[in-house]
Amino acid sequence: MNGWAELDEFLRTDPRDVGCAQAMEMMHIYADLVAAGAPVQERYPGFPAHLRACGPCAEDFDGLLAALRDETN
Amino acid sequence: MLNQRSGYRRSPLPARGGRQHWGRLHELLVRIARREVARRGSRLRVTGPELEDLAYRAAADALIAITGKLRQFRGESRFTTWAYKFAIFEVSAKIGRHFWRHPAVPLDAEDWDRLPDRFGFDPAREAEWRDLLGALHRAVDDKLTARQRAVFIAIVLNGVPLDTLVIELASNRNAIYKTLFDARRKLRAALAADGHIGDES
Repeated sequence: MNGWAELDEFLRTDPRDVGCAQAMEMMHIYADLVAAGAPVQERYPGFPAHLRACGPCAEDFDGLLAALRDETN
Repeated sequence: MLNQRSGYRRSPLPARGGRQHWGRLHELLVRIARREVARRGSRLRVTGPELEDLAYRAAADALIAITGKLRQFRGESRFTTWAYKFAIFEVSAKIGRHFWRHPAVPLDAEDWDRLPDRFGFDPAREAEWRDLLGALHRAVDDKLTARQRAVFIAIVLNGVPLDTLVIELASNRNAIYKTLFDARRKLRAALAADGHIGDES
């Protein structure tokens, strides 16, 4: 991604974005659904909208998913 | 009792007693926290025993959080997924605190020469982006509140992790994110009004 695209992406805000408080509150539910292969985008569109813009919550979610996948291996 | 929607049990651990259950849970939390610090370790300026210590402290604090919130677990997920979440959050918080104690740059520094690099602009093509970043700098100065400006400078210019800024400003992740979210929206509107970028949000 070049500078223009990266700046454009950074400044883009999604009105569906649920924010950190709600994302952290529901992260375990969403993680179980993702791990089970459920169609979560339609059910909770505000959660992925938040993860696309929030590095810390995306990092936490990646860690939680990795923990679940590690559990099944 | 089962959650009718998810089918998971609402209360998988006794609120009191059941020492072996809590001991087993602590073991799981230590394993998750160690695995998480290892996963993030290559990107951190933390190594060896310090990483191990961080994982153990995160697991201990996660267990305290779980104990306090056990009645809030409603069986909407597996209990272990809910519990692991606290271990992950505690790892994040501990890493944020580590960077607060050992900042790579002063938290209140303000070096605008870093801005092109933050967004990956090619120095060789400065003539193409100089006006855009000049307009962005002016919008940060003119359109943002003092709080929004401080958060933008810390996170975007200085690369301060958001969880570190939470500690510095005695705030929480949601509030800092919301401040930056509002700042991003204002900056886009300002740049769009001047014709530098498209106006879609």
